[in-house]
Amino acid sequence: MLPSILDGIFNGLSIGSILLMAALGLAIVFGLMGVINMAHGELMMLGAYTTYVVQNLFKPLGIFSQTYIFFALIMAFIVAALAGLILERGVIRYLYGRPLETLLATWGVSLMLQQFVRSVNWVLIAGLAIFCLLYFGGMWFVKKRPDFDVIRQKAIALLLPLSAAVAVAVGVFLSQTFKSAVTQPWFGAQNVDVTAPKWLQGGLPIGNYQLPYTRMFIMVLTALCVAGIYFFLNKTAWGLRIRSVTQNRNMSACLGIPTNKVDALTFALGSGLAGIAGCAVSLLGSVGPNTGQNYIVNTFMVVVVGGVGKLVGTIAGAMVIGLIDYILGAGILALLFAQIPPVAEFFTFFATTSMAKVMVFLLIVIFLQYKPAGLFPQKGRTVDA
Amino acid sequence: MTTAQIERGGVGISRKLMVEAAIVLGIMLFLIFVLPLLMSDFRLNLTGRFLALSIAALGIDLIWGFTGMLSLGHGVFFTLGGYALAMYLKLQIPANASSQLPEFMGLYGVTELPWFWKPFYSFPITALMVVLLPAIVAAILGYLIFRNRIRGVYFSILTQATTIIFFNFFNGQQKLFNGTNGLTDFKTLFGLEVSKPGAQYVFYVLTILFLAATYALSRWLTSGRFGRLLVAIRDDEPRVRFTGYNPTGFKVLVFAISAAFAGLAGALFTLQTGIISPNSMNIAFSIEMVIWVAVGGRATLVGAILGTLVVNFAKSNLSEKFPDIWLFFQGALFLLVVLFLPNGIVGWLRDRGLDTFQNLTGKRKRSMTYPSLEEDPEVDYERKNTGD
Repeated sequence: MLPSILDGIFNGLSIGSILLMAALGLAIVFGLMGVINMAHGELMMLGAYTTYVVQNLFKPLGIFSQTYIFFALIMAFIVAALAGLILERGVIRYLYGRPLETLLATWGVSLMLQQFVRSVNWVLIAGLAIFCLLYFGGMWFVKKRPDFDVIRQKAIALLLPLSAAVAVAVGVFLSQTFKSAVTQPWFGAQNVDVTAPKWLQGGLPIGNYQLPYTRMFIMVLTALCVAGIYFFLNKTAWGLRIRSVTQNRNMSACLGIPTNKVDALTFALGSGLAGIAGCAVSLLGSVGPNTGQNYIVNTFMVVVVGGVGKLVGTIAGAMVIGLIDYILGAGILALLFAQIPPVAEFFTFFATTSMAKVMVFLLIVIFLQYKPAGLFPQKGRTVDA
Repeated sequence: MTTAQIERGGVGISRKLMVEAAIVLGIMLFLIFVLPLLMSDFRLNLTGRFLALSIAALGIDLIWGFTGMLSLGHGVFFTLGGYALAMYLKLQIPANASSQLPEFMGLYGVTELPWFWKPFYSFPITALMVVLLPAIVAAILGYLIFRNRIRGVYFSILTQATTIIFFNFFNGQQKLFNGTNGLTDFKTLFGLEVSKPGAQYVFYVLTILFLAATYALSRWLTSGRFGRLLVAIRDDEPRVRFTGYNPTGFKVLVFAISAAFAGLAGALFTLQTGIISPNSMNIAFSIEMVIWVAVGGRATLVGAILGTLVVNFAKSNLSEKFPDIWLFFQGALFLLVVLFLPNGIVGWLRDRGLDTFQNLTGKRKRSMTYPSLEEDPEVDYERKNTGD
């Protein structure tokens, strides 16, 4: 009996810590801007793919290659944060105050990112680079002219098709000259595998049961991330600005806090955390273009349960959801109530991974009847709070 | 002339209504009698499916366009309607068959029909369930969410979670619903062989009739006081509450109606595709429904129908030609519509289409005090930069 409970707690916390890592960035961004980023899962996926690339780059390095995971974590953070920054500057900042439209736009971005990792190859990269160089470079030149406002429309109308045409032409030229060397997709639609470093394989034996090292690693990583974010938000100047904009955007703007920069920074930070979460997830199983989709709904639920007022809400939400999910799914409750047949039967019905999710959702809806804004709601006096 | 007529502007409005009804009737007659002559059976079947989908889009328009609630879970209601009808079709077993159970149940060793299948022997009950089942599910979910004043993004992600939940549930219950494979291989309906072109034409006509009926219903709902209240809830819900209304009931009602539309659409869609499976409850499909409405134009009923047809025909053509990069198109569609065409095609035509057309033909815009202020960029530039 006792081992099964221990096993339940350990696995539940381990699921919870992955949820937490994925939800952390989402919760901060949601608290700050009221924006749900549907592409959050895809940013995780980018992190996971970055891990895969770093692992392959480190393969020839012999014994040193076992440390790839640390570099992968940093790279995953940087890649996802950059992607997030582009997303915020390019799309989301035009949609502030329209959260539902943001939802749709970020969904569009997530579709494009999924397709991007499926079909990315040298031709696509070269085409994109040339397009950005021509278009944004051109716009930069035009911007310097004094009559920019007047010719803006015409400049866009001229530059956009022109740079697109050049990019497509170069792409076609490249693919015809170098053939499959450049048209071969980097990853393809299949899943790719990240092997955990040797020192993370195996597990810590407790009795006849084993605690896998990878899961412990993820838990430690999560703890570090939470501590880092806590420190950043509470002890640094930018953290203070983020918290103040979260509390009252207009007031902060009046007091001279650059809300634009705060938004961009927070979004990049949240996306970077998604990248780290993706890196962690890649240790648990193979990674595919749809990896992100498996996590988003659960992470949204964490945000709903936790509320956006405090970081600790997200932590509690993630851990509770993880624990309940695992304990129900593994049928531990059914075992516990084996003596009382109707109750045991009830729990056996929900004792599969998918049915456990059904139960967890029902519990969340019931929970929301008592705490509609989550465990730690944002305090305020407006009617909309 | 009654008071109601005076309120709405007298005879002029009712004449307008007559004209609109005449146009709708004309389009219906065209779709029913002329289009089948112009299209192959396959294309006609496709059109029928898309028309069925546009019923669901009308539902989305009611709650999103008019009431401002973005549901990302309409796939659930669509599928529930589909399953309700599919269960009736699966029970059309010839009397001389060896087993009086739907054939998939034999595979999983089910010997007795589960209790909740039994009502679906009767067609009237089935017809009722097609709309009632989704409406009841929506009403319960909606009541639990709205009574706590949970709205906006929270509502959207809760409805999205609902799709996952129902997807898991239907996927996991092989014995009850045939799991992932869903219900398919329908034989007869009222003695008509379902897969024959003749029957399919009947379903096509049926779809058009239902579409017209739901359009009329939505038109009626949104034009009167009820419609104005919905728009008020969209624009400022706290204010509606302060004015003495309780928005919960209205929101639950309109959510249930819209779910019923989706259920009806699901049933008609199932008839024309011949399969319903949990796949139509995946996250993507529900969000796609929203984008149909967004493309056509929110808060315009015609826009919902138009958008559904445009997007789906584009999808079936483009995804045939470029299966590899179809997702790029779809993602770009979401981005472009949200960023550059927030009111959709119909909204654009209504707001700016006329002006643009006049500009193109060289005519000036009417009704402006200082036309040069708005039209001449240099005057505008000077106004902005030389003020102080």
